[in-house]
Amino acid sequence: MADNIQLDVARYSPERDDFPSFQSYTVPLRKDWVVLDALNHIKDKVDGSVTFRWSCRMGVCGSCGMMVNGKPKLTCATFLSSYAPGPVRVEPLRYFPVVRDLVVEMSDFMTKFRKVKPWLVRKEEKPISEGEYLQTPQQLENYKQFSMCINCTLCYAACPVYGLDPLFIGPAAIATAQRYNLDSRDQGAEERMDILAQHEGIWGCTFVGECTKACPKNVDPAGSIQQYKLTAAMHWFKSLLMPKASK
Amino acid sequence: MNVPARSAPRHTPYHPRWYRTPVSTYWWMQQWSYFRFVLRELTSLGVAYSCVILLCLIRALSLGPEAYEALQKRLATPMVIMLTVISLLLVLLHTITWFRLSADAMVVRVGGRRIPGFLISASNYVAWLVVSGIVAWLLLR
Repeated sequence: MADNIQLDVARYSPERDDFPSFQSYTVPLRKDWVVLDALNHIKDKVDGSVTFRWSCRMGVCGSCGMMVNGKPKLTCATFLSSYAPGPVRVEPLRYFPVVRDLVVEMSDFMTKFRKVKPWLVRKEEKPISEGEYLQTPQQLENYKQFSMCINCTLCYAACPVYGLDPLFIGPAAIATAQRYNLDSRDQGAEERMDILAQHEGIWGCTFVGECTKACPKNVDPAGSIQQYKLTAAMHWFKSLLMPKASK
Repeated sequence: MNVPARSAPRHTPYHPRWYRTPVSTYWWMQQWSYFRFVLRELTSLGVAYSCVILLCLIRALSLGPEAYEALQKRLATPMVIMLTVISLLLVLLHTITWFRLSADAMVVRVGGRRIPGFLISASNYVAWLVVSGIVAWLLLR
């Protein structure tokens, strides 16, 4: 294995540049280094001006998502050696506005995420004296997969629908909505349906399926959206056949 | 309170000069999986073509043997045969891709356990074979 590998890092300074360009750095190719280690090496030893987000370094916080050779990846979980002999192209997450270098603006995602009410909605809270809301392992299993989302937004960077229609609510927000819809303690499914059963919600999805492939936590957002389409269609039929009962 | 999803993405005042990478018209040619997706969507043209031909055949049948023979002659031209072969390939691709995707889109539980995806796809193929068998029996008996 070679001693070094070349990293082509996207650089963009809002004060100086009209559009991003690439800057090449040579970093040690260590077997135990991930792409994030290489970026930190550049930041510490070579060029302190390179800007990127990171935090936990263990695939939990979801901060270090970037495009690595054109694919959305958590850079803390992407080994440099997988790309040997290089070069490795590192870019900010696709379809998001770039703030600086590898940092993207995520407030669009955060706004959409909040819209789907990603919390337990209760019409009526039971008194504390009655104890916890118990769940069977089966009830937990119903939503557990969708609860693994870390909001890294790799699925948005993989989704051409989001790129073409920025109003699309997007995979992670819909999967998280489904996580709460399927939770036996939640009573907010109808409130969420008003947001999700719109063109910009589930019906915007054309089932490209790339979000599921990009997800580092195996959440399967594409599956959750298709399953929710079935739920929404059934709800629509029910409201058509029995308008009073569905209210 | 219901919040409508249709609203423009918000912008914070702190990052006035973001760079937005424009999405190329040819985005679907930049990645094999995107190209495969577009091809899958285009297969619906083959399905539409097959439906139109079927409707034309039914209409010709209702008009009598002469009309049916005239249509058959028109369908036997090299250009139409080529179109029919292409539409058959598109319909087959349409069927196979959607049968495969049905495994991801459907959650079927039996006895509290989720049935593996390949069984859902396999059940589609079995249903396809059974229906094709019934149609073949009706036509060839």
